Amino acid sequence: MIDNQEAVKVIDANRGDGVIIATMNANNVHFGLPTVTTKENLDMPVSGAMGKASNVGLGLALAQPNRKVIVLDGDGSLLMNLGAMVTLANKTPRNLCHMVFDNGVYAVTGGQPVPGSGRADWEGMAKAAGYAATFSFENLEDLTTGISDVMAAEGPVFVHLRVKPEIENTPVQFRQRSSRTIHVAIREMPAVLAND
Amino acid sequence: MTTYEVVLHPASVVEELKKNNITHVVWLPDSETNFMYQLLTGEPSLDLVPVCREGETMAIAAGLWVGGAKPIVLIQNTGIFESGDSIRGLGLDINQPLVMLVGYRGWTRRGVTTDSAAVFIEHILHTWGINYYLIETDEDADRISVAIAEAERTQKPVAVLVGTEFGA
Repeated sequence: MIDNQEAVKVIDANRGDGVIIATMNANNVHFGLPTVTTKENLDMPVSGAMGKASNVGLGLALAQPNRKVIVLDGDGSLLMNLGAMVTLANKTPRNLCHMVFDNGVYAVTGGQPVPGSGRADWEGMAKAAGYAATFSFENLEDLTTGISDVMAAEGPVFVHLRVKPEIENTPVQFRQRSSRTIHVAIREMPAVLAND
Repeated sequence: MTTYEVVLHPASVVEELKKNNITHVVWLPDSETNFMYQLLTGEPSLDLVPVCREGETMAIAAGLWVGGAKPIVLIQNTGIFESGDSIRGLGLDINQPLVMLVGYRGWTRRGVTTDSAAVFIEHILHTWGINYYLIETDEDADRISVAIAEAERTQKPVAVLVGTEFGA
């Protein structure tokens, strides 16, 4: 299994001028953006509507067809909105890369297993939904080796990452919050995208 | 006495969208919008983004908006009920100037409305503080422009309830 923080670092190092849209664990202040990413002005955390990160990514990819858009999704999140995989693949956004951090649990609620954990075939579902290219990585070495192929592939690309669970048991009101919120990103990003 | 044909043609709606430089129509078909689909697919200035479930539409519109496009959402009132978390989290909370064209299933000016999709929709919009306009004929279509201007001015979602089936 891949360490969550290390996965985000590898993706960030290969993003170019791509926008990263992250939700749940990949957006955690301890091991996600912007703590371990390097281009905060192109980071867009999506919270507030469960399971909708890939939809936001699709919209951004359609509006900015010449810019790579990388969605860092969660398995529990995507399970709330599985039809989004078909919606996304149907529009064939060549610049969109949809990565699912599969930790098998609802980490932010204490680690309860998600339905289908260890049984559902994420890469198989992506192929069946019509993604143009699919990848699956179980360890950091393979991800590090394969990330250039992922970024070079014509989208829509789907990447399944088997990551270690990072269970949150701190009471919600005491959890550290990132300074980079969806509100900050929405306020700043249109100008960044227009001028970059 | 002058009589008017009470009908809303898709062309009237599409003309409003073009007039306001709408770039994308994010939608899920409903029983009121078949003729609209035929027209939208033939309109080169509008990119149609079909979804599997209505709650996706507000999120896709949010991404389009951040990316500099100008989307509009087209769904049925039943889909509004399904979309609560998206409207709250990616419409109201982020101040998205989102215009939602909503098929008003069950709406009637005559008799008693029994369809719960119609009974509850305006109450739901009131609860969220979302302003809305009703269109039923071609003469009402300019209210779409009013809604778009209001959404941009207030940076809030605005709904347009389509109270009739589109005519051929």
